[in-house]
Amino acid sequence: MDFDFLIKFSPMFIQASWLTLKLAIYGVFFSFLVGLLCIGVSYFKFSFLNTICKIYIEFSRNTPLLIQLFFLYYALPEFGIHLSSFTCAVIGLSFLGGSYMAESLRAGMEAVKKQQYESGLSLGLSKWQNFRYVIMPQALGIAMPSISANIIFLLKETSVVSIIALADLVYVAKDLIGLYYKSNEALFALVLCYLILILPLSLVLNRIEKRLNYV
Amino acid sequence: MFEILNQDTFFRLAQGLKVTLELSFISVLISLVGGVFFGILMHSKNKFLYAFCRFMLEFVRIMPLIVWLFVVHFGLAKWFGWHLSALGSSVIVFSIWGVFEMMDLVRSSLASIPKHQYESGLSLGFNKFEVYLFIIIPLSLRRLLPMSINLFTRIIKSTSVIYLIGGIELIKVGQQVIELNLFQNSYTAFVIYGLILLIYFVLCYPLSVYSKFLEKKWS
Repeated sequence: MDFDFLIKFSPMFIQASWLTLKLAIYGVFFSFLVGLLCIGVSYFKFSFLNTICKIYIEFSRNTPLLIQLFFLYYALPEFGIHLSSFTCAVIGLSFLGGSYMAESLRAGMEAVKKQQYESGLSLGLSKWQNFRYVIMPQALGIAMPSISANIIFLLKETSVVSIIALADLVYVAKDLIGLYYKSNEALFALVLCYLILILPLSLVLNRIEKRLNYV
Repeated sequence: MFEILNQDTFFRLAQGLKVTLELSFISVLISLVGGVFFGILMHSKNKFLYAFCRFMLEFVRIMPLIVWLFVVHFGLAKWFGWHLSALGSSVIVFSIWGVFEMMDLVRSSLASIPKHQYESGLSLGFNKFEVYLFIIIPLSLRRLLPMSINLFTRIIKSTSVIYLIGGIELIKVGQQVIELNLFQNSYTAFVIYGLILLIYFVLCYPLSVYSKFLEKKWS
C-alpha cells in the first residue's frame, strides 16, 4: 500500500465524497417531496392523478437507475432539453427514490388505524387537518425504518452517476486505476469513503427510528 | 424516427438481453440455494453462527454493489492474478449479495412463525420432522415467497451496473446500436434507451405484480 499516493490524491476523494453527499441530500429531499405528493394524491382521492401516480410508481420501481440516467442525459437533448449532468443525476435519483418513498409512506399510512381518521373527523377536523395532524405523524413513525432504508439505498445508488460524467467516488477510483494501475490504493480509498459516508448515517437513522417509535 | 427498430437492432438487443437474463438467472439460482441454507443456519440457536451471518449481511449490505464489483474485478486481478471477465466477477458479486439478502429473508420468515405453532404441532403427535414438513415450511413459505420475488426483481435490475466494469450486456449493446445509427437518425438515443427502459420494465413488472398478488392472497 502506497500511502503517499493516497495522501496525494485524497483531495480528489474528498471532493468526490462531497459530491456524492450533495447528490444524496438533494435526491432524498426531492424524493421525499415526490413521495408525499403521491400519497397526498391518493389520500385526497384525485382519481385521475392517482392513476398517473400509480403508473409512475410502477415504472420507476421496475427500471434500473442506470438506464433512467442514460435516458435523461442522452435522449432528452434530442428534443432540445439540455440538462447538466448534476441536474440529470438529481432528477434521476428523485424519480427513482420518489416511488420508493411513496411506497413506504403508503405502507405507513395504511398501518394507521381507521378509527384514528374517523375520530379526527368527529372532532371537527377537516380532511387536510386530519392528514396533517393525525395521520401523517403516526404514519411517519411507522414508516421510518423503511424510509431510512430508502435513504441509505439512495446514497448507495448515487454510485452509478459516473456514467453521466460526474466525478463521484467510483469515477475517481476508476480513473486512478486506469491511469496509475494503483488498484489497491484506489479500492481502499473507495471502500473507506463509502464506509465513512454510510456508517454514521445509518447509526443516526437508527437513533431517529427509536425516537419516532410512539406506536 | 422509428426506422432503426429493424430486425438487426432487435437481434442485437436480444443478444444483450440474453446476457442479462443468464446473469440474473444464475445469480438468482445460487442465491436461492445459498440463501435458504444460510438462513436456516442463521435461524439456529447458535450465537456464534448468528453473529457471523449478521456480520456478513451488514458487510455486504453497506457498500454499493458497484464498489463490490470494483473490488472483485480489479482487486482479484491485482492480488491473485485472477483476470476474471466482467461476467465472471459480476456472477460472484451478485451471488454473494443475493445469498446474504436471501438469508435475511429466510431468517425473518422463519422467525415470524409464532412458537405455539411448533408446540401445537408437537402436541398433535407429529414428530419434529413432520412439524417442519407440514407446518413450519408451508407457513414460512407464504411470507418468504413475495419478499424473495421482490429480491429477484432487484437482482435483475441491478445487473445493469455490470456495464460499469465493461460487461457487454443490454445497455452496452444498446450503445453500440446508437453509435452505429447516430448519423442517419437523430432520435436514435431516445428510441433505443426508451426501448431498453421498456425491456427492463417488461422483465420486472410481471414479477412485482405477482409478488403483490401473493402478498394480498396470503396476508
